[in-house]
Amino acid sequence: MLNSIIRNIIRFILLVLVQVLIIKNLELGRFINPFIYVLFIIILPFETPKWLLLLSAFALGITIDMFYDTAGMHAAACVFMAYVRPGILKLFSPRDGYEIGTQPTIQYLGVPWFLSYSGILIVLHHFVLFYIEIFRLSEFFSTFLRVIVSSVFTMLLVVFSQYLFHRKKEQE
Amino acid sequence: MRNLILFVWKHSFLFLFLLLETICIYLVVRNNNFQRAGFVNSANQVSANVLKTSKNIEDYFYLKNENENLAKENADLRSHSLVSFSMLVNDLYEVNDTVYSQKYTYTSCKVVNNSINRRNNYLTLNKGAKQGIQHDMAVITSTGVVGVVKDVSENFCTVMSLLHSKSTISSKIKKNGFFGPLTWDGENFSYATLNDIPSHVQLLKGDTIVTSAYSLAFPENIMIGTVESFERKSGEFFFTVKVKLSTDFKKLSYVYVVNNLQKLEQEELEKRSETDN
Repeated sequence: MLNSIIRNIIRFILLVLVQVLIIKNLELGRFINPFIYVLFIIILPFETPKWLLLLSAFALGITIDMFYDTAGMHAAACVFMAYVRPGILKLFSPRDGYEIGTQPTIQYLGVPWFLSYSGILIVLHHFVLFYIEIFRLSEFFSTFLRVIVSSVFTMLLVVFSQYLFHRKKEQE
Repeated sequence: MRNLILFVWKHSFLFLFLLLETICIYLVVRNNNFQRAGFVNSANQVSANVLKTSKNIEDYFYLKNENENLAKENADLRSHSLVSFSMLVNDLYEVNDTVYSQKYTYTSCKVVNNSINRRNNYLTLNKGAKQGIQHDMAVITSTGVVGVVKDVSENFCTVMSLLHSKSTISSKIKKNGFFGPLTWDGENFSYATLNDIPSHVQLLKGDTIVTSAYSLAFPENIMIGTVESFERKSGEFFFTVKVKLSTDFKKLSYVYVVNNLQKLEQEELEKRSETDN
């Protein structure tokens, strides 16, 4: 239990650093803004209490906001994402429920399950984030394009990072 | 009462969610009001220091470019300094301080954080209240306009870049003085849009756009960019001008913050005239 908490805190710090020091500086064009840090919320353990889920998502969002100068936008998107997570998990749950001690990752539940689960969460997060950022309807379609394109890139990074950590575990 | 508490407890997940979202929206709205936001911006100590370290490393890659620019600017300044003029007028040379009072002072700052690919872009500079930076001061670089200071902490400040949905700069066409607001439509970081230029004005591709004298923050005649193209929508009496920005926002690393010494005087006078009416 304690082990898992420490691992998640380290993951939190690492993901924030990767996001603000590397990904923020990548210039992939105005439509592509991947946000790999949401991986933290995606792969929190199944048995995380709901209140802790919301609070840690809020903390993550506020930390990212500090670096992006967006005061509350990322936090709002993250909290929303954390709020819908239990519902999405229930929607995709296997017939006998999730096994105790497993995590919502590719290793435990396979590629198709993970793609649909994280895909929905990422699109919802980006959708909330970009529409709060623009806060008007006049640029509806260009913002929508940003949501879709950025989500695809976040997705690629998330899946890629999953395989990176997976291989590491096998070597240990 | 007891039922109410039971109800809240039963739906604690929903209520916690609503509470946190309210906090977020409150932060967003307060930040949008263009007031000093408090805590959640990149001028706070932790994030500013992380960004400063990363920027320090990055700066080494741009040293050559920056040196060239500095050398160019030095040469330019030297040609304007009094030493280069005094030789011509020989013994008649004099400086009268009572005639020329100083209106603007400049503080050189280093950019420690910058973005260009979002709809609302900000910069963070390495000087703050301790070095005399204040809210609403103009930020320029040797090639042109950059933005306006937004939040100030002790040693850092954030700048609302020209590349921001709420940024408007009063600008004019240098050759004939027609003026209008310059905004950024979010498409490309090297182009901005100048509106409200009357349709009888003769425009040519390549005309210079500079800041007008109507802004309290910016000195007059600071370069903004050149005309790239212009069009008149049917039924309108104004041109919409596409301006190619002279500042390359991708390569900013040293900028100047402009302090208008007479700003307070002008503001107070204008306020007095308005309240008199």
